Amino acid sequence: MRKIYMDYAATTPVRKEVLKAMMPYFMTEFGNASSLHSIGQSAAEAVEFARSTVASAIGANPEEIIFTSGGTEADNLAIRGIAKANRDMGDHIITSAIEHPAVRNTCADLAKEGFKITFLSVDKDGLIDPVQVRKAITTKTVLITIMHANNEIGTVQPTREIGRIAKENGVLFHTDAVQTFGKLPIDVDGLNVDMLTMSAHKIGGPKGVGALYVRKGTQLKAMQTGGPHEGNRRAGTENVAGIVGFAKAAELSVKEMGSESARLSKLRDRLIKGVLSGVKEAQLNGHPTKRLPNNANFSFLGAEGEAIILKLDALGIEASTGSACSSHDLAPSHVLLALGHSPLEAHGSLRITLGKETAPKDVECVIRVIPKVIKELRAISPDIKEMKNVKWADYKDDHDHDHMHGEEED
Amino acid sequence: MVTSNVSYTKKMMAHFANPHNMGRLDNPDGVGKAGNPVCGDVMHLHIKVKNNKITDIKFQTLGCASAIATSSMVTDLAKGKTIDEALRITNARVASELGGLPPIKMHCSVLAEQALHSAIEDYRKRHPHSPAKPAAKKGSAKPKEKK
Ligand SMILES: Cc1ncc(COP(=O)(O)O)c(C=O)c1O
Ligand code: FES
Repeated sequence: MRKIYMDYAATTPVRKEVLKAMMPYFMTEFGNASSLHSIGQSAAEAVEFARSTVASAIGANPEEIIFTSGGTEADNLAIRGIAKANRDMGDHIITSAIEHPAVRNTCADLAKEGFKITFLSVDKDGLIDPVQVRKAITTKTVLITIMHANNEIGTVQPTREIGRIAKENGVLFHTDAVQTFGKLPIDVDGLNVDMLTMSAHKIGGPKGVGALYVRKGTQLKAMQTGGPHEGNRRAGTENVAGIVGFAKAAELSVKEMGSESARLSKLRDRLIKGVLSGVKEAQLNGHPTKRLPNNANFSFLGAEGEAIILKLDALGIEASTGSACSSHDLAPSHVLLALGHSPLEAHGSLRITLGKETAPKDVECVIRVIPKVIKELRAISPDIKEMKNVKWADYKDDHDHDHMHGEEED
Repeated sequence: MVTSNVSYTKKMMAHFANPHNMGRLDNPDGVGKAGNPVCGDVMHLHIKVKNNKITDIKFQTLGCASAIATSSMVTDLAKGKTIDEALRITNARVASELGGLPPIKMHCSVLAEQALHSAIEDYRKRHPHSPAKPAAKKGSAKPKEKK
């Protein structure tokens, strides 16, 4: 069976050119970039070359790039690093209700340490209102952290506007650009950002490597102690091969961005149109136009996300969902809830994200298969008309966890 | 995006792919509904009862693959049983008949048990002259009061 991978927002395969660029740094050029001898210096050169590549991809200077173990670490470093460095200036952080857990849980963790966090709500399409950002700023605000584009619903935020407001008010601004880096043009000055998070594995690079852009002059406290690597801001021997691969992936993505994003937006729009016309009681989640070129996210009433994913998987199509049933805590995606969805609407969500290998015939295949899968699941489900206004009072509630665990052993 | 990390048995996947006793009954003797407004999971169960025996049973479920498979299994297990026997079908039994469920998915089997209990309660409400309730069952879930 031919596999159709449509979960590029989760991760991507490493590109051939990227792997090729990385290979020498495992065995031949294996040096430690901190060593003074030639093999060490050759590793250091590779890291510095990669640093300029990544910097130029976002209009930054090389010394403003800190390599990390990925997007999660970069988000942590930005938020904790600023919060800790500016503790005596204030204790207030502004973020959004739809951030990736790397930002959301980091803010929640700082709240336990006494920081006050404002989680700004979004409209039904997932957009932040910059006016609300301005209103939320107090004399105690040390950081605004709002993602560039959302990983689930694909909505692209008015980042430039938010950045302008931050600047006017003298507040530092961080944006998680993991989903936009290499897909949308990014210029750190144009976007008015002080910090920006990137990750390699979303753009054909390896997993476990990323970077944080930090504007020159920004006070940032390092999060881990150790050697003086990365300008004393991120201790630990550099992942040389990973960094080289990351830079190669960044270089290729930026070079191909124009044509690739046009190609993917067209496929995305075809997909959205095809699915919405093929399935009744289906809706698009996220903004109709201000969205990532490769993201489509739907909600289907009367079908559950995990079941949709498994049915699609059995047919060779790999996608993802924000349904409660697929999460560890059995809560629906906080992003879909922030859009104002009921758990029942969030229940039937399906995220399809396209990428390098996606061909028009794949999209056509998915457009043909989805209505069948939804139909099958709806045939199992109670009537959708009834599901539209479920009277929960008539239901036995299964949320009796003590009982649940008590039964697990036998 | 939140992801699952669960592995399912072949048997469970078979019930998910081809569920038994799907649908609803005309003129059911009892209708059971179980669900969870926090997750959005919903299960409906229809039963036909003759001489204190469940002669037919059908389900409709809006839920994950485990919820669908446990619905299918609970209907298989309850079909042909007396009311008392059906009341002794526990969620743990349903899960083990499927070859086990990942811990995080055990609550889906609770949904199946509760829908069955709720259908029987409904049957008894409609047929007050049916035989009296049996003694408390061992090791099984007590149906919770409706909220
Ligand atoms: C928006 C966003 N931020 C952060 C991350 C985390 O990046 P990484 O997987 O490199 O830690 C991801 C990807 O999972 C993401 O989509
Ligand atoms: S029905 Fe939601 S997890 Fe099984």
